[in-house]
Amino acid sequence: MTTHFSGDTAVLTGRSLRHILRSPDTIITTAVTPVAIMILFVFVFGGAIDTGSYSYIDYMLPGILLITIASGIAYTAYRLFMDMQGGIFERFQSMPIARSSALWAHVLTSLVANTISLVIVIGVAFIMGFRTGAGVLAWLAVAGILILFTLALTWLAVIAGLSAKTVDGASAFSYPLIFLPFISSAFVPTDTMPAPVAWFAENQPVTPIVNTIRDLFAQQPVGDDIWIALAWCVGILVVAYFAAMAIYRRKIS
Amino acid sequence: MTTATAIRVQGLEKSFKDVHVLRGVDFDVAGGSIFALLGSNGAGKTTVIKILSTLLAKDAGSAEVAGFDISTQPQSVRESISLTGQFAAVDEILTGRENLVLIAQLRHLKNPAKIADGLLARFSLTEAGGRRAGTYSGGMRRRLDIAMSLIGNPPVIFLDEPTTGLDPQARLEVWQTVKELAAGGTTVLLTTQYLDEAEQLADRIAILHQGRIIVNGTLAELKQLLPAAKVEYVEKQPTLEEVFLAIVGDDNKSDGSAIERTASTDK
Repeated sequence: MTTHFSGDTAVLTGRSLRHILRSPDTIITTAVTPVAIMILFVFVFGGAIDTGSYSYIDYMLPGILLITIASGIAYTAYRLFMDMQGGIFERFQSMPIARSSALWAHVLTSLVANTISLVIVIGVAFIMGFRTGAGVLAWLAVAGILILFTLALTWLAVIAGLSAKTVDGASAFSYPLIFLPFISSAFVPTDTMPAPVAWFAENQPVTPIVNTIRDLFAQQPVGDDIWIALAWCVGILVVAYFAAMAIYRRKIS
Repeated sequence: MTTATAIRVQGLEKSFKDVHVLRGVDFDVAGGSIFALLGSNGAGKTTVIKILSTLLAKDAGSAEVAGFDISTQPQSVRESISLTGQFAAVDEILTGRENLVLIAQLRHLKNPAKIADGLLARFSLTEAGGRRAGTYSGGMRRRLDIAMSLIGNPPVIFLDEPTTGLDPQARLEVWQTVKELAAGGTTVLLTTQYLDEAEQLADRIAILHQGRIIVNGTLAELKQLLPAAKVEYVEKQPTLEEVFLAIVGDDNKSDGSAIERTASTDK
C-alpha cells in the first residue's frame, strides 16, 4: 500500500507545482497583501508607534511574514477543493496509488509556494530598509519556525478544503488567521493594549512566534518564547494533521 | 476471458443518512461485454459505480470486480479498473499530453511519454496534445478523459454517463470507442439515462429503479416485456416550447405574426 507513496507524492506534487507555475498570480497575490500592509504600516502608521530600540520595519516584519503564510495557505484549500469538485480527485482515488499522496502533494506544494512568497516579501522588506545582523544559524532557525508554522496552517487549510461546500467557504477560513497577527505583539507592543486584549494577545500563538523571530533577527536571546512558539506550531500541526486525515478517510471510505 | 464473470454484485445496499438509495442490487457482468445500467436521475447508478470503484463503502451485500472483493482487496480492484466519472475528470491546467503522462506515471508504467503519444494519436488529439485541456471542446475533453482511462489496459472500465452533455457528433465518437474497447476484450459497465445509448451499445441492459434492479436482460428480452403495440388517438395540446417557437419563428419571418400575436393576447 505504501510502496509507491514517495513516487506518487512526487508525481502529484509535480502536477500541482505546474499549476502554480502556470498561474503565478497566486504567488504574487499572496505576496501583494502583506507588502501593502507593510508599506502602510512602515510609512503611514509606523512613525506614531513606539517600538523602543527597533526600527519599525525590523519590529513588524515577523508579523508580516505570518500574514503572508496565512494568506498563502488559502490557495491550498482552494486547490484541494477544486480538485475534489472537478472529479480528478476521484480518478486518483480509483487508481492503485498510495491514497494519502493526493493530500501530501498539496501540502508540499503549499510549502514551496509559501517559501517563494516569503522570499519575495523579505526581499521587499530589505529594499524598504529592513536590516539584520542575523547569522546563518539564526536564519536557519527563522526558516525552521516559518516552515513549521506553514505546515501547521496548511493542514488546517486541508481541513477547510476537504470540508468546504463552496469555493468561497474553502478560502474564507483564512481571514481570521490573517487577522490574528493584528491582535498580537506583531505591530504594537502588547503593553499599550487594554488588559483583556493584552491578555489575549499575549496568550495566542502569534505573539511567541513573532517575538522569537524578532529576537533571532535582532540577535537577542530568545528565552522561553521559542519553546512556546514551537509548542503552538507542533500542537496545531498534530491536531490539524489527525483531524484532516480523519476527515479524509471518511471522505474516501 | 469472454465467458468469465468480470463483475458480480449481490445484495448491494447503501444509504445516505435516511435515504435508502440501494436496497439490494444484484447483477453479473460477463467478461468482455458491455453492460448498461439504466435509470432516471437519482436512481443510484452513480452510487453503484462509486462502490464498485472503491470510492464509497457499501452498507451490505458483496461485490467482486475482476475476481477481487471490493472490501477486502480494494487495491487489487483499483489495479484492474478505471473510472470515467460523470464529469470529465481531466486536469484543465495541464495539457492533454501532460494529463496522459500523469496517469501513466501514477500507474507506474514504463515510458509514459510514449504511451501518451500513442493515445493522442489513437484519439485524434495529437494536434491538441500541447494545449491546455481547459481549452478543449466537450467532445475532445471526453475523448481525453476516456484515453486517460485506457492507460495500463485495465480489464474493467466504468463509464458513468459518458455522453451526458455531448453534442451528437461527439456522442457517436464515444460510442465508437466503447464498441472498440469491448471488441478488444475489455469489460465495460456504463450508466446512462438515454435509452437509445443502451440500445446502441449494450449486450445486456439492467434497469435500476427505486434501489433495485427491476429488469435485466438483452435488448430483445427487454422488448418482449413490453405490451404489444396498439393504436390510440390522443389529443395533442401544444407545449409551451412549441408555442414559444411558433411565436419567435413567425416573428423572424414576416409581420403577419403581429396580427396573430395581438389576436392571441386578446383572448
